[in-house]
Amino acid sequence: MFQVRIHGRGGQGVVTGAEMLSIAAFLEGKHAQAFPSFGSERTGAPVVAFCRIDTKEIRLREPIMAPDAIIIQDPTLLHQVDVFQGLKADGYVLINSAKSFTDLGIDEVSVRLRPERQVCVPATEIALKHLGRPLPNAVLLGAFAGLAGEISLPSVVSAIRDKFTGKVAEGNIAAATAACEQVRAQLAACQPVKEPRADQHQEAR
Amino acid sequence: MALKQIEGSHGVAEAVALCRPEVICAYPISPQTHIVEGLGEMVKAGDLRAEFINVESEFAAMSVAIGASAAGARTYTATASQGLLFMVEAVYNASGLGLPIVMTVANRAIGAPINIWNDHSDTMSQRDCGWLQLFAETNQEALDLHIQAFKIAEELSLPVMVCMDGFILTHAYERLDVPDQERVDNFLPPFEPRQVLDPVAPLSIGAMVGPEAYTEVRYLAHLKQRRALDLIPRVAAEFKAMFGRDAGGLIRPYRLEGARTAVVALGSVLGTIKDTVDQLRDAGHAIGVLGITSFRPFPLEAVRYALRDVERVIVVEKCFAVGVGGILAINLRLALDGTGQPVRTLVAGLGGRAITMGSLARAFERAMADQLEAMTFLDLDEALVERVLERERLVRRSGPAAEAILREVGTVAAKIA
Repeated sequence: MFQVRIHGRGGQGVVTGAEMLSIAAFLEGKHAQAFPSFGSERTGAPVVAFCRIDTKEIRLREPIMAPDAIIIQDPTLLHQVDVFQGLKADGYVLINSAKSFTDLGIDEVSVRLRPERQVCVPATEIALKHLGRPLPNAVLLGAFAGLAGEISLPSVVSAIRDKFTGKVAEGNIAAATAACEQVRAQLAACQPVKEPRADQHQEAR
Repeated sequence: MALKQIEGSHGVAEAVALCRPEVICAYPISPQTHIVEGLGEMVKAGDLRAEFINVESEFAAMSVAIGASAAGARTYTATASQGLLFMVEAVYNASGLGLPIVMTVANRAIGAPINIWNDHSDTMSQRDCGWLQLFAETNQEALDLHIQAFKIAEELSLPVMVCMDGFILTHAYERLDVPDQERVDNFLPPFEPRQVLDPVAPLSIGAMVGPEAYTEVRYLAHLKQRRALDLIPRVAAEFKAMFGRDAGGLIRPYRLEGARTAVVALGSVLGTIKDTVDQLRDAGHAIGVLGITSFRPFPLEAVRYALRDVERVIVVEKCFAVGVGGILAINLRLALDGTGQPVRTLVAGLGGRAITMGSLARAFERAMADQLEAMTFLDLDEALVERVLERERLVRRSGPAAEAILREVGTVAAKIA
């Protein structure tokens, strides 16, 4: 089972992001379960959403406490919420920021993780460029496809089309594609060590 | 049939639409709202030929449902929590009059303190109202139970509540197999009411009944519910024959073969319990699970038979009777009357508190070592309660309890679970 936790703020499409991720996994023939943290959602309040992906039926309903990947839609949460809680040692971290991990003041997280499994991408800026609105959720899913390989970019594109139509869909797709390419370029510049995919499914149950 | 990755609420809306309801009336309340919103959109778009009636309250919603059903229309509504409490008088009338309304309850806690999250306090408060209560374990089962519910309700001329965990199911995106219209039509024939208000053949429904006949009318209601114990499995079998999957029925045993300890529960927590039990089985513990699908009528004999070989029973329940203990546990004790099998109550998930495999496993291990008390609150912060009680001892005007506990807990934004 591969478990993703998305942190953001009310209004940034955190829940929709987890739902689209589950749709992308579904389109690849996998089982997926997306659910929000069930807060009373208010604009600007910290929001958490979860997505589990597996090759068999998912019965577990607890919140994701030991994620394989964490997506942070709003870097201002870094020092407010324990966003890295339970992250596995070989986990992935994707942060919406134009800054580096060092500039964000989270070197202590960075050193624990594999260099090719952590990346910052300016998703809000990319969204503004392609979509005209500061909505980073679909953009980050594109970046996630570039980072983790758990889902492919074409699946993310199809999931965006499932949720949105017209100009909103096309803008999000352009932004997600750009983010995916940017992450791939950043990783290639870093060190292209990729683990076999089977590794990601190892999970004690 | 079509596989879709959709929200539980939308899956239920599609299932209800496939049942061709003629009247839908509801008042929005979280976490049920997405279901009737979905149906409202279908009616507005012309995809569903039904009368969608906006009402001013839940009391009105159930009252309209009563009128529509008495006029011979297949009728659907949905609610949760305070909404269910607000319609209670009409809820009793619907069952007392024998009207086959189907209602989804997206299970949620009730106030005070106000809480929008999931537990089973709302439907448990209505366990004796005369409606059938079927609990869904997954979104697929929620979808399937609605199709079965109309058939069961109309066969018995009794209303059916389909209970699904609010947020945990209603707001979860999962893979759902949505049946095609033709098969649903074959499974569920058009509504043939046992009683109908018709200007051509006038009659009255809802007579005042005095001491001379009230007992007989009430006994008949009991008898019909007990007869549902035969009908519910029959409808589940028909459903399986038509759609090829297990859904509904009275109970669902899991790994009970050779089990010395059984965990009994209702609803979506069964998934987490099954994963926990798999882990404990791998560690060599003889433990199994019994899911209860039909809480009303309660399948006393089926439960007793399913648990005949276990030494002890742990009931996990998402609400309790204040001042007494577990509600499902009381029903279990009735089913196990005279067997001497001890029943332990584990109250968990109140007001949306996460039920984790870790906490369940620790409690089950204690139960298997006969160390679990008769009633235990999972993950209860006893020290916190003690501090509040101490303050109440010291200060006469100690203030409202909920606010005092919130102050003790402090900020929760930093916590994941």
